[in-house]
Amino acid sequence: MWQRDGGQLFKKNFFFSFCVKRAVLRCLFVHFLLHSSYQLFVINPSFLCFRPALLREQHYQYLKKGLRHLSDAYECLDASRPWLCFWILHSLELLEEPIPTAVASDVCQFLARCQSPTGGFAGGPGQHAHLAPTYAAVNALCIIGTEEAYNVINREKLLDFLWSVKQPDGSFVMHVGGEVDVRSAYCAASVASLTNILTPKLFEDTTNWILSCQNWEGGLSGVPGLEAHGGYTFCGTAALVILGKEHMLDLKALLRWVVSRQMRFEGGFQGRCNKLVDGCYSFWQAGLLPLLHRALFKEGESELSRQRWMFEQQALQEYILLCCQNPAGGLLDKPGKSRDFYHTCYCLSGLSIAQHFGNMDLHHEMILGKEENRLAPTHPVYNICPEKVSQALQHFHRLPVPYENNPRSSHPTGRPSVEMRAGV
Amino acid sequence: MFFFYTVVLPPVLLDSTVNVKHLFIVLIGCILKVQPPKPLAKDRKEWADLEPVPQDDGPNPVVKIAYSEKFSDVYDYFRALLKNDERSDRAFALTAEAIELNAANYTVWHYRRVLLQALSKDLREEMRYITAIIEEQPKNYQVWHHRRMVVEWLNDPSEELEFIADILSQDAKNYHAWQHRQWVIQEYKLWDNELKFVENLLEDDVRNNSAWNQRHFVISHTTGFSDPAIVEREIQYCLSQIRKAPHNESAWNYLKGMLQDRGLSSPPGLLERVLELKETHCSPYLLAFLFDCYEDALENSNQKENVGEEERKDILRKALEICDLLANEKDTIRKEYWLFLGRSLENKSGSRGPSDKPPEPSDPASGQQEMS
Repeated sequence: MWQRDGGQLFKKNFFFSFCVKRAVLRCLFVHFLLHSSYQLFVINPSFLCFRPALLREQHYQYLKKGLRHLSDAYECLDASRPWLCFWILHSLELLEEPIPTAVASDVCQFLARCQSPTGGFAGGPGQHAHLAPTYAAVNALCIIGTEEAYNVINREKLLDFLWSVKQPDGSFVMHVGGEVDVRSAYCAASVASLTNILTPKLFEDTTNWILSCQNWEGGLSGVPGLEAHGGYTFCGTAALVILGKEHMLDLKALLRWVVSRQMRFEGGFQGRCNKLVDGCYSFWQAGLLPLLHRALFKEGESELSRQRWMFEQQALQEYILLCCQNPAGGLLDKPGKSRDFYHTCYCLSGLSIAQHFGNMDLHHEMILGKEENRLAPTHPVYNICPEKVSQALQHFHRLPVPYENNPRSSHPTGRPSVEMRAGV
Repeated sequence: MFFFYTVVLPPVLLDSTVNVKHLFIVLIGCILKVQPPKPLAKDRKEWADLEPVPQDDGPNPVVKIAYSEKFSDVYDYFRALLKNDERSDRAFALTAEAIELNAANYTVWHYRRVLLQALSKDLREEMRYITAIIEEQPKNYQVWHHRRMVVEWLNDPSEELEFIADILSQDAKNYHAWQHRQWVIQEYKLWDNELKFVENLLEDDVRNNSAWNQRHFVISHTTGFSDPAIVEREIQYCLSQIRKAPHNESAWNYLKGMLQDRGLSSPPGLLERVLELKETHCSPYLLAFLFDCYEDALENSNQKENVGEEERKDILRKALEICDLLANEKDTIRKEYWLFLGRSLENKSGSRGPSDKPPEPSDPASGQQEMS
């Protein structure tokens, strides 16, 4: 187990081997004494018995408060406030905590103020539209799922915005005058498919551009040429699933890359080869396995498991529950880091993926610890609950695809693709 | 700062009762950029004509940030400038203040670029500015994009490779830095010294996956991987790095990644060299590579007639043995994956019919299951 090949890898793995795994429980205890998370053991005997508990109440209070008020430490996210709405609302929906009607309405009105007059959503009122807060805003509104929420979105202007950031080579810039990377394709495909404004012309050449991001490692990079990275791999793959083109990837190479990102000692996932574990990759990386499972199934793969994803679900749940919870509420990257709403969202999303196998037809649960640890299932493409995806698609598919005010487009056919229907 | 250095500091330094401890405090203060506080915009004469625009969060705000007084002040005036589309030096100066408070505000950066052009600002000075900002906040998207724009406008990449090297010396895996580096090299054709740069980085840390990626980037855009001499050189390089650090996944991934299009069994003697390494430098990555070699050999044997049925069966047996070994002993975290690969390979090779396949681990097919 302790191969002495010298150097940084040995030291890093040794440090994080403290984190998890029954065989090193003693080391785990010592490690936690060095970090504030030792409180988890002192206060909560369930951890010592290795039946870790999800600190539901603490997370709920943290999220409830954050949805209204945030300290000045969040000034750095002043251009990402729709993200804060999404991270918090999604966390609450995973915890199956209802959103009070008044709060939901307030979120709708706030996001309406974040919508740009030229289409798309911005990081805050008065800012310019950007694909990332657009993705977050649309997702947040779909989580709320009321008529009021759906009506916030100006679909015609949203389509104009998407055209305004589309590039000739098939990629999208994140905002007018901004940078290109594969996140933009995912954000665009996600909002376009959910709100039924997607036309083939809009994503012409996007498939080929995304495919050019798959590299020698088997994963995808942010732009062609760079290192394979969990966040970008998720974005590229999920975008292709939405476009119905995921079979054009080298699925076997991608599968090998992503399963190799699970850390054998820590149980969580790393973002890139030879880097450290991080709780948020519990979603970006592990979330790829449901996508690949479905893709391989569609390609005729007959040997897929009918009970498990192709990653160690128990180990991931252990990492999240034992190493990524702040005793005062909120989740985090790894022990020693501070909590934040981004990590709360993605650690919980990853926990949900690890707990739930299958889709509506075939469902198998593996809940580590108490039954109370169970989270709601999440849709691996959009990362909102599957019912909310269906509901949104149903609502928006009754509406016609807007006519595009763009010289580069032709009149839309308004025919939704089969892939946009809900369900894995 | 001027006030501090000319009025406050000299008496402190000249005072004979000042000792090392005092000087230490002053030094720390300078490092932490202790400055007399700058007055708020609303209290400055030069802004008197402009009515600040408070943020419109609505009557019942959500995710409401408790901005500091300084933050609200700067952004209230920024919003006013934006509303009027004011193109002035004071607007330009304010963007710097806004950026300092939140360097991720892409609206401010966009506006700054508009002003840079409208006011014909000195782009060399802007390069100095963006250099300093990136040094402070190297993991921010906007700062790197801004730098790229300025470099494009100047059409001058001459500082880039050295600057990026400096950022990488602080964090050798900074994704933005590598992205910028690849853009500069490709745009301005600066390939010449990059392989050497990569090799130096790999000397520092042979596990730096970003450096391995850059190696692939440089070679694929220059000599390419078709030339057998290049392939052999790279194989040698990989194997020598593997001997030094057998559990370095990057080196194994690079070896496979480089060869996979042409087939892992194509370089002569590679399988034998890896089997040799297995004795003394074994790792889950070596075993996975062996599996890949066997799988590749099986796939190619479909086309070749000189591979007999016996040989095929033998290769298949070895491949499945490795799957089992990895799933059950050497790489158990990936057990589900290795079991799948084994089943998939068996099924493809047709040695066992689908009805004969080994049963899955016994769990009920549906319903909840608590894990102890």
